[in-house]
Amino acid sequence: MSDYLVQFNNISKFFGKVIALKDVTMRLKKGEIMCLLGDNGAGKSTLIKTLAGVHKPDEGEIIFEDNKIVFDSPKDALDIGIGTVYQDLALVPLMSVTRNFFMGREPQKGIPFLKTFDVEKANKIAADRMGQIGIDVRDPSQAVGTMSGGERQCLAISRAIYFGAKVLVLDEPTSALGVHQASMVLKYIVKAASEGLAVILITHNVHHAYPVGNSFTVLNRGKSMGTFQKKDISREKLLSMMAGGEELDKLEVELQEMDRIHNKN
Amino acid sequence: MSLKSKSISSKSSLSEDERLKKISPLRVLLNRPELGALGGSILVFIFFGIVAGDTGMFSAYGMLNFLDVSANLGIIAIAAAMLMIGGEFDLSIGSMIGFAGICIAIPAIYWGWPLWMSIVFAFAMAVLVGYFNGIMVVKTGLPSFIVTLAMLFILRGLTLAITRLITGRTQVPGLRVLIEDDPLAWLFATDTFKWLFTWLGSLKLIELRTDGTPLATGIPPSVIWFIALTLFATWILMKTRYGNWIFASGGDKVGATNVGVPVGRVKISLFIGTAVASTIFACIQVLDAGSADTMRGTLKELEAIAAAVVGGCLLTGGYGSAIGAAFGAIIFGTVSMGIFYTDVDTDWFKVFLGAMMLIAVVFNNYIRKKVTESK
Repeated sequence: MSDYLVQFNNISKFFGKVIALKDVTMRLKKGEIMCLLGDNGAGKSTLIKTLAGVHKPDEGEIIFEDNKIVFDSPKDALDIGIGTVYQDLALVPLMSVTRNFFMGREPQKGIPFLKTFDVEKANKIAADRMGQIGIDVRDPSQAVGTMSGGERQCLAISRAIYFGAKVLVLDEPTSALGVHQASMVLKYIVKAASEGLAVILITHNVHHAYPVGNSFTVLNRGKSMGTFQKKDISREKLLSMMAGGEELDKLEVELQEMDRIHNKN
Repeated sequence: MSLKSKSISSKSSLSEDERLKKISPLRVLLNRPELGALGGSILVFIFFGIVAGDTGMFSAYGMLNFLDVSANLGIIAIAAAMLMIGGEFDLSIGSMIGFAGICIAIPAIYWGWPLWMSIVFAFAMAVLVGYFNGIMVVKTGLPSFIVTLAMLFILRGLTLAITRLITGRTQVPGLRVLIEDDPLAWLFATDTFKWLFTWLGSLKLIELRTDGTPLATGIPPSVIWFIALTLFATWILMKTRYGNWIFASGGDKVGATNVGVPVGRVKISLFIGTAVASTIFACIQVLDAGSADTMRGTLKELEAIAAAVVGGCLLTGGYGSAIGAAFGAIIFGTVSMGIFYTDVDTDWFKVFLGAMMLIAVVFNNYIRKKVTESK
């Protein structure tokens, strides 16, 4: 038994001639938060969809609890415990907290053919779960549309955990949020990891990733630039590694040069 | 570690912050989709109570009259509302009524089928039509507006062409004699609670004919169907897993699919629902009139959608209620009959219908904004 809960080894994905991902490797232990950093177009979306079972990797292997796994559909990934929370959250604003929480997986009661949706039980679970995160749902029948962006994100994560996720894949959970809301979501992510989940946090925001992450994988143009433990890398170094950090350095030098010439004249 | 301690202190301030805004009971009530239609119904009754209170509109006979009209519309409005909540339209409701009518009448009169068999045949055809509508919308991704508009013409054309081909006319009379002793037809053709009306008549509490029998003989079958369907649809929407799937399918198709809701199956079943409701409507009317008419049900699809909208359904799906649609139907039914009891020219009914709908849409839009607005 290896230390790792889940391993994605040398994952590659091609779309025709385009190399979307090449030899990306990520290994996660229980309780670990790995931040996947990359600028737009780095291949983050393709990687998420590969983790979630939407795409099949063309090369590489996925090992979950020491078993080699092949996903044929997103449902397979869900069934073994890889819960993906997409950017759109799969929440319906007009529906209540409870109805969203249990959407597609409603608890039922009663006799066969006359089964009813057990609203009381569902309300209680939803309110409990939200309460654990510190979100006080006064009324679980209130519409999700009345909740803040951070609360919605927490609801979606909480739902994934409730339905058995052991590995959480979070797609840009803080991108649309203000500082206050983002910190609420990040706190919840830390809490989830401390309870034994492995979290893959996909983001392009180093400032959100750095405080919560244990390790960082940087993706650039479909390739992994390596995985770094927090103690081995600084925030500034991470920032410069993402999408042409060197290019920015070069630009700075050039600008200084121009400045110097300008001052001379 | 500093992170943890910070999280605890800010958590408590956070929940304080979230608690600040209390929702008043009035707001909760305002958020119910059926509120508008309920209020509208009350206003309509008050209005006619004042204008036509002494005209016999609110006698037992008068009330059954406008309830019958409301109930007929309500049967299709509820199915239309459920489909709208599921995010789709059905414009073929009216044509399906005409088509179902001849599916009952032609086999029964011209092919010698027992009446119950032609009724079963009509329902089977309805399931087929609904299934076709649904599968077309789900598989092609075309707007249901277009698909069912095509079906509106196809079904009406088929109804007319087949009827004229077989009978040479556009009406098929002669059904009334077949109703008696039929094992199925009574479901759509029996007045109930006759004893109640006879009893009330004997006490002279309701109007009597010159021969001493009461003018209103019983609750028409449409009203019973209407009440039963309202309860059934409400139970489905509020109390079953399938009901949650209907809201989810209409609210966000992609999101619902991502969490495992069988959106396609839900939509197809709702299209079957509207076609079957149209057939119930057709059974009641055809057996009541004793004849099928190829033009029966014309424009009913628009009235059904109007009632659903007045009842709080959003045109974009994901929100609405069956009770709301039922009240929407009651408003239209009451006004369409009540207008005869007033001095107002009946031509004005359509003006009212349109104005009601406009007000309802504006109101619903406002409610939706309230419901979805962020803190």
